[in-house]
Amino acid sequence: MSKIGVVTFPGSLDDGDAARAARISGAEVVRLWHADPELHGVDAVVLPGGFSYGDYLRCGAIARFAPVMEAVADAARGGMPVMGICNGFQILCEAHLLPGALTRNQHLHFRNRDQWLRMENTDTAWTNHFTDRQEILIPVKNGEGCYVADQRTLDELEANGQIVARYIRGNPNGSTRDIAAIRNEAGNVLGIMPHPEHAVEALTGPSLDGLGFFSSVLRHLAGAAA
Amino acid sequence: MARVVVDVMLKPEILDPQGQAVANALPRLGVNDVASVRIGRRVEIDFAGEADLERAREIADKLLANPVIEDYEIRVVEAA
Repeated sequence: MSKIGVVTFPGSLDDGDAARAARISGAEVVRLWHADPELHGVDAVVLPGGFSYGDYLRCGAIARFAPVMEAVADAARGGMPVMGICNGFQILCEAHLLPGALTRNQHLHFRNRDQWLRMENTDTAWTNHFTDRQEILIPVKNGEGCYVADQRTLDELEANGQIVARYIRGNPNGSTRDIAAIRNEAGNVLGIMPHPEHAVEALTGPSLDGLGFFSSVLRHLAGAAA
Repeated sequence: MARVVVDVMLKPEILDPQGQAVANALPRLGVNDVASVRIGRRVEIDFAGEADLERAREIADKLLANPVIEDYEIRVVEAA
């Protein structure tokens, strides 16, 4: 069974939901601790949402230097699938595993709602279970989710198919070019602002669309093992 | 003790919604001649011994500023 590691930083909020989503999808979950530099044999890593280290200085800026992040960064460069959700996305940008940065929502309001996205790249370890241009509905909740990067970086992301999902029917935070999720060039590292892990059960989520991210990585790992 | 001050500012091309919100509040104070307000962060680093500008620059580069969105200026000040 594939092992998905979920990191807990001081101030992580959605580590429990991320672990639960991975479990529902059929993975064995390994809880990882920010101060422990070991990845304990996991096959993939999720950096969950929340407010790591109180979001002090900049969101993700201090988490980037957590002992576990050195191991995560090394593994990511070696091809291990890594998904950063919300605060996890911010950490991946601060760690330079993804380009650009996430800044204060343009309207300054915290946004918390169900959000439609259009999947625009299904070549990644985390999105191969979706169909191209598929529209999905998952919760978004952030105060600093406005993705920014310089024009050249944005054009490169577009040209390389690295924009994985865009906001549709309304942009919740002013994110440049409606970007909701991006991937690295290799496709193993994904950063996504909305929350797949909150849309895995009919009782609590607006859909089951979030499961697709976890089933994608399990399929990816099964393919890699075969 | 020696103090190094690092001023971190959003790059000019990055929108500063906090600064805009402050600017928009100024007319309520009767201030109508301000074109723009931008908000940054001042960080004071006190070295135990002499001011180490090189080390302060490293701290600023790696942690205090995100070069994707921010610029910084660094200077030694006489501690009071």
